[in-house]
Amino acid sequence: MEHCYHCGEDCLDEIIQYKEKTFCCTGCKTVFEILDSNDLSYYYDLEKAPGISPKINEGKYDYLENTEILGKLLEFDHGNTQIVSFTIPSIHCSSCIWILENLHKIHKGIKSSQVDFPKKKIRLSFSSEEINLKNLVLLLARIGYEPNISLDNYEEKEVHEDRSLIYKLGVAGFAFGNIMFLSFPEYFEINEFWLEQFKHVFRWLMFSFSLPVVFYSGKDYFISAYKGLRSGILNIDVPIALGITVLFLRSTAEIVLDLGTGFFDSLSGLIFFLLLGKFFQQKTYSFLSFERDYKSYFPIAVTRIFPEEGKPREEQIQVYKIQKGERIIIRNEELIPMDAILIKGNASIDYSFVTGEAEPVSKISGDKLFAGGRQQGGIIEIEALKPVKQSYLTQLWSDEVFSKDKNSVFQTLTNQISRRFTYAVLSIAILSAIFWMFYDPSRAGNVFTAVLIIACPCAIALAAPFTLGNMLRIFGKNQLYLKNVNIIEQTAHIDTVVFDKTGTITANDRSRIEYEGVELNENEKQLLGGSLRASNHPLSRSLYNILDKNNISTPDHFTERTGLGLETAYKELKLMIGSATFVNQSENLVQEIQSDKKAEKTSVHISSNNQYKGCFSFHNSYREGLSELFRELSKDKQLIILSGDNDGERSRLSRIIPEGTKMYFNQKPGNKLQFIKDLQKQKHKVMMVGDGLNDAGALAQSDVGIVISEDINVFSPACDGILDAKRFKDLGKFFDLSRGAIKIIKLSFLLSLCYNVIGLAFAVSGNLMPVVAAILMPLSSISIVLFTTFATQLLSKKLKN
Amino acid sequence: MSIIYMLLAISVVVAIIFFIAFIISVKKGQYDDMYTPSVRMLFDDELVKPDSKEKSDSKEKSH
Repeated sequence: MEHCYHCGEDCLDEIIQYKEKTFCCTGCKTVFEILDSNDLSYYYDLEKAPGISPKINEGKYDYLENTEILGKLLEFDHGNTQIVSFTIPSIHCSSCIWILENLHKIHKGIKSSQVDFPKKKIRLSFSSEEINLKNLVLLLARIGYEPNISLDNYEEKEVHEDRSLIYKLGVAGFAFGNIMFLSFPEYFEINEFWLEQFKHVFRWLMFSFSLPVVFYSGKDYFISAYKGLRSGILNIDVPIALGITVLFLRSTAEIVLDLGTGFFDSLSGLIFFLLLGKFFQQKTYSFLSFERDYKSYFPIAVTRIFPEEGKPREEQIQVYKIQKGERIIIRNEELIPMDAILIKGNASIDYSFVTGEAEPVSKISGDKLFAGGRQQGGIIEIEALKPVKQSYLTQLWSDEVFSKDKNSVFQTLTNQISRRFTYAVLSIAILSAIFWMFYDPSRAGNVFTAVLIIACPCAIALAAPFTLGNMLRIFGKNQLYLKNVNIIEQTAHIDTVVFDKTGTITANDRSRIEYEGVELNENEKQLLGGSLRASNHPLSRSLYNILDKNNISTPDHFTERTGLGLETAYKELKLMIGSATFVNQSENLVQEIQSDKKAEKTSVHISSNNQYKGCFSFHNSYREGLSELFRELSKDKQLIILSGDNDGERSRLSRIIPEGTKMYFNQKPGNKLQFIKDLQKQKHKVMMVGDGLNDAGALAQSDVGIVISEDINVFSPACDGILDAKRFKDLGKFFDLSRGAIKIIKLSFLLSLCYNVIGLAFAVSGNLMPVVAAILMPLSSISIVLFTTFATQLLSKKLKN
Repeated sequence: MSIIYMLLAISVVVAIIFFIAFIISVKKGQYDDMYTPSVRMLFDDELVKPDSKEKSDSKEKSH
């Protein structure tokens, strides 16, 4: 099998030879020609077969000539300098970066371009006098880098990068280092002559370095502690804030009263390590978005037509501007942005994204179409029934669940422990202070503050960020991308898992095809292959892929009837390929076939010379390892299948999944949301596993919403995590690892308690020297970091096999 | 020994200069994309060679 020089795919249909290289399609060859003629063939030296086969639809970007839309898209527009940013999902290797940053060699209108690889974004500076935005986008699309422009771009506001944590960390690290230098002399040399002379300068310098640490770097802890106390929660930040305050006040008092050096080193170190933990758990996957809604899928503009004025006039218009009663045109593969009535054309609408129904539905003139459906086939003309924002699908987003922050409700393990911890520390501090009050009153205050200082739960606060941060990275390496670390903790508590059917537990490609009926003879088979090759219908393509391609006869006569099928002839042989009604003229047989095949509705029927032969049935194939996964999960979890599709697959499903799995069919998006809500009312912790917009409500409502995606670069609805479909069978292992992570955190708590006990022994006995604090605090923190790192790595071995 | 005041002052000033440089680099967004520059810097070196090779190749063919 030859491989395409451009995209590396197998050359299935035809092999195109050009300059001693093979290409799988003319698209790929064209890209090569463009690059080659511009001296950009270095593209192919950087990586082997780096290209993407371009799929362009020329009319698609006509709206980029609309000045209003242009104004919204351009970041900068003055004179002959225009700047625009696009997300290009197909950016995937270093060749991509190179070619996109050398665009100016292809067209001189492009001044410069810069790629942000992790975000899969490109920022282009161009001159609109030489190349307009539409042609720029078409150029990108032609070389296989089609940008993604959706309704989201229209409303996109300046995203403000939050860098405050880096600043805080920088300030704390800077001060920590300097304070360490300044405090070092006093650790060992006591009463040395020169040190006596300079120590006051050193101390006040340390004091001034600690000011920005406490009041800038550490301010979040005070804010969070205050918020926690106000709502009656003793979160982990309460003892931390208490520790910081006591450290600062006691140290200041010590240098003011010339009693000692204070604990400025421990203070800045503490805040530095805490922020480091925060920074570590803040791993983000910038190329993924977990916050998408329908706007990411909807087109930015549509073609509006005015049929009444004699000669139809077309106009590109922003999609929000469409009013009730206006007519628009939807082309092949375009999305219907609002509820509408079909006026003209053969509609075959794929609602899989909205309802979970697997098969496209045929509609005739006068039928109602719902927003979110994708037209497959020819051009249709529709009349809007409602504006975009009031359509059925978009209404789903007005549910309160989408504005609620899930994480604010969740009580983390650290916070649960911190409550007991705070009480314990406070009582130890007070008891020991009372004891010293009788024994040696002069040291009581000293001991009280020392206990609070040494018990500051730095190590405890670090255990969770480092364990979960590590886990998040391990999951990421195994193609489960989580929004944040809290999701791991939540996953460990899940007792009910709800699965969507279409696209989630079934694979998207219909790979299982069966033939039933009279065996086709050689001639018929050859013509069938030839006819299917000529057709672009998705069913034809998938059927063609499984056929023997050696002997194919090209039809003499070929007609494709949109929504019906193919009529094709070669010499004496005439074939009808398509739907049951199209292939069979006799009514009885049609009814018989239809009732027979009701359960499995996707089928391609064939008749030869008006003689009915049989049909190819397409089945959704279930994902690999489905029944093993269900068996594994059903041991300790309740499993539910919640599908928007009809119950045609019920019997087949019940054969492969364990008994006791509940199945619900014909569930609308709103029903799914309500279903999850009801489960949660029964105190269940629910994970929703879904894939499309129809699951969006349920995903947002559930405790953990995971989206299964066959291509993680393609958009998926708002969720807590995105799982690559290839790793679907490992879902059970992710549960194990989440539970393992919780165990590691608990062990780390024990470990840090040991350090606390040692420290408390010093503190309670009234012997806490600054140097002891300065050693104990980093030592405990570092050992926690090491322990969690090793433990999580050990645990991750489970995923490898 | 009072030179130590001077030294202290200098060391703090130097430290602060580097600190400010860090802040500025963060502010300018130098840490926003940590990956692409690492790839980009490798291009420039190799860019010339294959380009000239390609040209000479095509010249040979046309002759």
